[in-house]
Amino acid sequence: MNLAAKDIRHNLGRFALTTVGIGLLLMVVLGMSGIYRGMIDDALVVVDHIGADLWVVQRGTRGPFAEISRLPANLEHRLRAVPGVASARTFVSHNVQREHRGQPLRMNVHGLAWPEDKGEWVKLIAGRPLGQAHYEMIADASLGLTLGEKLALGKDSYTVVGVSRGMVSSGGDGIAFFTTQDAQAIQFDLPGEAIRLERAARVQRAVGQDIGQVQPLLLERGAGNSAGLPALARPMVSAVTVRVAAGFDPATVAATIAAWPDVTVYTRDSQSELLVHGMIDKARRQIGLFRALLVIISTIIMALILYTLTLDKIHDIAMLKLMGARNTMIAGLILQQAILLGALGFGLAWYLGGWVFPRFPRRVLIAPEDLWGLALVVTAISILASLLGIWKAMRIEPNKVLS
Amino acid sequence: MIADANNSPAVEALGLTKIYGAGNTEVVAMKDVSVRLARGEVVALLGPSGAGKSTFLTAVGLINPPTSGRIVIGGKPVMDGPRALVDLRAFRRRHLGFVFQKANLIPFLNAAENVAVALEINDAAPRAARKRALELLDYLGVAERANNLPDALSGGQQQRVAVARALANEPSLILADEPTAALDSHRGRQVMVLFRKVAHERGSAVIVVTHDHRSLDVFDRTYEMEDGELRPAAADHAP
Ligand SMILES: Nc1ncnc2c1ncn2[C@@H]1O[C@H](COP(=O)(O)OP(=O)(O)O)[C@@H](O)[C@H]1O
Ligand SMILES: [Mg+2]
Repeated sequence: MNLAAKDIRHNLGRFALTTVGIGLLLMVVLGMSGIYRGMIDDALVVVDHIGADLWVVQRGTRGPFAEISRLPANLEHRLRAVPGVASARTFVSHNVQREHRGQPLRMNVHGLAWPEDKGEWVKLIAGRPLGQAHYEMIADASLGLTLGEKLALGKDSYTVVGVSRGMVSSGGDGIAFFTTQDAQAIQFDLPGEAIRLERAARVQRAVGQDIGQVQPLLLERGAGNSAGLPALARPMVSAVTVRVAAGFDPATVAATIAAWPDVTVYTRDSQSELLVHGMIDKARRQIGLFRALLVIISTIIMALILYTLTLDKIHDIAMLKLMGARNTMIAGLILQQAILLGALGFGLAWYLGGWVFPRFPRRVLIAPEDLWGLALVVTAISILASLLGIWKAMRIEPNKVLS
Repeated sequence: MIADANNSPAVEALGLTKIYGAGNTEVVAMKDVSVRLARGEVVALLGPSGAGKSTFLTAVGLINPPTSGRIVIGGKPVMDGPRALVDLRAFRRRHLGFVFQKANLIPFLNAAENVAVALEINDAAPRAARKRALELLDYLGVAERANNLPDALSGGQQQRVAVARALANEPSLILADEPTAALDSHRGRQVMVLFRKVAHERGSAVIVVTHDHRSLDVFDRTYEMEDGELRPAAADHAP
């Protein structure tokens, strides 16, 4: 006869309530590891999907994700001349937070190197990749934009032609893909007045220098479009991504580029490393510690529950001992209840998690190894938690029956 | 001396003394108590409250070791002063049965399970234990309540289940401490008669602590306890 099961059946309501409590607690523990995994996964979405073998960034920086990196866009052309480089594309990416339909809309603006890159590598759930050089965008589903919707950014308005899933920046914001030129237009958009002031200041500087006096044409140019000024740099890009041609060793190509004194090169793996162990490291450790704390709290709570369940049975345990029950029978009663409590709580955590986590604003990723890990932790918690109750039960004297 | 298991007395207490506490709070609850019970014998133990009856019963029941004295059960020495000579829990499970004022049934087990658990503790197979439990409940006239939880039973029914549980392993010694105090006199007497029936039919020795003088005719012998000392009752004319 299984005493543990009989006792539970007799106190079903109380046991069920306790199970729900433990289940919710374990769900939070599971959620914590899910948030952690989701965070890593989100951080690596771009690095994993963009298909770059090498990341070329401003010398000495760890850009473009972990810190700001600034490169001239024409670096792209220099890189194409390196033996073994199949393609080089400027990487333009920045966050904007605007108002859309009365709601704050935060997104990561990502530039695609039109026309070579139309965004075919983006996982689309609706629509198509970019089809023209301007005024089109692919929006991630998490941004809540629908196909065909128009979004005003800077001085232009862009039509959503494709919707992607799971494309988010390392900060968890949905990515919107534009052509590089559009992305830069959004990034460097200035109000008319700011442009007029900048041009006037430029002309004044030229007037104050002899070159301005000698070359009056320069003043005329200075009052015009920045892009038309030969001496001024074009808009800067964050990084240039390089794809290595088949048959070439990425390390050799990287070594060639790394010899240039103005850039630093990272492989895809070291870029991932920078993200996971640099950028999100603190958040990662924070979640890790929090999870450890929750495991400890769960153990304590379970131990207290099992202890009180044992206290409630002192008289019965004394009676069993009086009748000559072995310690294994009594410890088994408590241990079985602990493990059942843990197992049901785990199952509930799993079930509820599957329902709740997809509704979280950021990705919560439950990996099978996390589930197995939690199952092991729950088993350990259950055994550990039952020890207090078992210890109490072992100390009960059979003559307690008389009191 | 090797005791013959069949001819040896069911229980023998030799000079049992129990002292609770120490110094100022010292209480001598049992003084040099010696008694010998044959198999199949039913004895009553009378005496005022605080006389030491429970102390004696629990000492012989191996759950409250005496300060000094010896206990021999079924010819086997089991206690020498406070020192156990055998595994007490294993010994209790095979040779002793208990009934108290309260039935002390396990609240989450039904009547049949309460009896069966005693058998399973003694290594009976679950199926056999259940069969035997139902037989015992039938023997005690509570077969129809076999599947009820203790809460659903009357006090008398609960006590009869407790008696069935005490009988389950056919113990050589049954110890009952005021088993009928919570019952009306009619039902109380029924339980006493039951003890005699068990003792005479199955050869167990039974010691019953009681205050019910009207049922004394049921017993083979009557003892009286006062201030920790045990002696045959004045009114007892046993052979
Ligand atoms: N655990 C104990 N600690 C101290 N004194 C006790 C204890 N149990 C019983 N006594 C004392 O021993 C004496 C005998 O008690 P008990 O055997 O319960 O008597 P009875 O069962 O005849 O009423 C009483 O004076 C009681 O107060
Ligand atoms: Mg008493």
